[in-house]
Amino acid sequence: MNDATGRTAADVTSAPRRSLRRSRGAAVLVACLSTIVVFGLIGWAIVNSSGWPLFQSKFFNADKFFETEPKIFQGLLLNITFFLVAEALVLVCALVLAGMRSLRDPVFTPIRLFAIVYIDLFRGLPSILIIYILGFGIPALQIPGLTSDVYVWALVALVLTWTAYVAEVYRSGIDSVHPSQEAAARSLGLSSFQTFRFVVLPQAVRRVIPPLLNDAIGLMKDTALIAFLGPVEAFRRAQISAYASFNFTPYLVAALLFLLLTVPLSRLVDYLVARDRKRYLAGAR
Amino acid sequence: MSGPVTRPVGPALGGEALRVEDVRKSFGDHLVLDDVRLTVAEHEVVCLIGASGSGKSTLLRCINLLEGIDAGRIFIGGAEVTAKGVDVDKVRRRIGIVFQAYNLFPHMSVIDNVTLAPIKVLKMPRPEAKARANELLMRFGLAEKRDAVPDRLSGGQQQRVAIVRALAMQPDILLLDEITSALDPELVAEVLSVIRELALTGMTMVLATHEMGFARDIANRVCFLDAGRILEEGPPAQIFSSPREERTRRFLDRVIEAGRL
Repeated sequence: MNDATGRTAADVTSAPRRSLRRSRGAAVLVACLSTIVVFGLIGWAIVNSSGWPLFQSKFFNADKFFETEPKIFQGLLLNITFFLVAEALVLVCALVLAGMRSLRDPVFTPIRLFAIVYIDLFRGLPSILIIYILGFGIPALQIPGLTSDVYVWALVALVLTWTAYVAEVYRSGIDSVHPSQEAAARSLGLSSFQTFRFVVLPQAVRRVIPPLLNDAIGLMKDTALIAFLGPVEAFRRAQISAYASFNFTPYLVAALLFLLLTVPLSRLVDYLVARDRKRYLAGAR
Repeated sequence: MSGPVTRPVGPALGGEALRVEDVRKSFGDHLVLDDVRLTVAEHEVVCLIGASGSGKSTLLRCINLLEGIDAGRIFIGGAEVTAKGVDVDKVRRRIGIVFQAYNLFPHMSVIDNVTLAPIKVLKMPRPEAKARANELLMRFGLAEKRDAVPDRLSGGQQQRVAIVRALAMQPDILLLDEITSALDPELVAEVLSVIRELALTGMTMVLATHEMGFARDIANRVCFLDAGRILEEGPPAQIFSSPREERTRRFLDRVIEAGRL
């Protein structure tokens, strides 16, 4: 088809075609040049400003950087542990909650109501508030049989909060599966649970993997909040070092370490979104 | 031309397979089925014709219990399936339905689409389910597509897989809801030939269709639905050449005008 129509198309639109071809080759060059010029100018302006030497010694102090980095990394291991345990629990609890909210039989109204109230409550409150209430409140009650370990309550608080978010992500995926899929499954004699488990859920989860990763990044960052209950994780480590020397470089170390964890996750989200889009476009034809 | 009822294809008719008694169904204020009565014998092929919105699809969905009915009763093989306390999942195993839009499971390969219900519902061992599915796929020319995902198949192939998926449950009755309406014209024949083969083997079928020529060839009986009622029914030769009702005649005239008969 290109051969048959190419010549006439070229005759009519020769000017735009030529400029299109040129811009393709030059695009990379232009992008590189403009990036270097813009960021170079900004960098030059910063480094030559009058406050720069002080700023550099307080925030970008190389000695401080390498001195505090191992300690903060030790703290980060606690963040990572909290993240992994909490994320695993969140993915399971949220799925149960989303399933509860998707029940349509009138018999299950109380369960559905519970799910709705739970999500409204925990999604509507700042994480730090829940961490404080659980972490300081429950141990203070000294209820026999209930642990007063702040690590446990910090974990519970993170799981409760993020379960609410992730349940809504799951639910959006479940709602996005067309009702005709359910009709097809039920018509084959599958029960409503089997239909959910084998037909609706696999399609729903596949569609919401990018937003699930998004929330995983959110949870990763929120692990810094457990410092307010006492556990010495990366942020608290940085704070201790900073207070000891009146130098803010440790905060930058902590920030950098967090980015090393979250940026790859962000790129993974981008990649998955792009792949889904490609697959969708290919399917639509 | 032996037996009480002649058949264009396949074995002679048997006992009652399906009976629909005064079924009524509304969506809000809109009455979709208005006291529909229909009896289908074993090995019989019944075609439902009529304009869009006349209630053909809704009737099929009600027979499959995918839609609840407001009044009336439905019997499968003599047993009422609309009675209180009937396990709808057990009823649906015996009634296959094929949809206009195929409704294949896009996250599963062809073979998994076909074996899902036999394995999960009939508790058939996986190797047995696979062997039987392969046999069916082979029979309908889909053997080499067994590991493909539905998106990679043509519309005609997808619809044939949907038919195989329904057949894998060995249903007593097969309901077909305008199964060629979403297909490109050149793909219609391959799907219709499958239905013709099923009729030859004696499968009891109820088809909602716009393919009048096909209905005339294959059906024992044609029912014309109008505004939620079966206005006229009879052998295809009679319905298509000398309809009694004025509305049937007008509908068929429009179909002929559109070049579909």
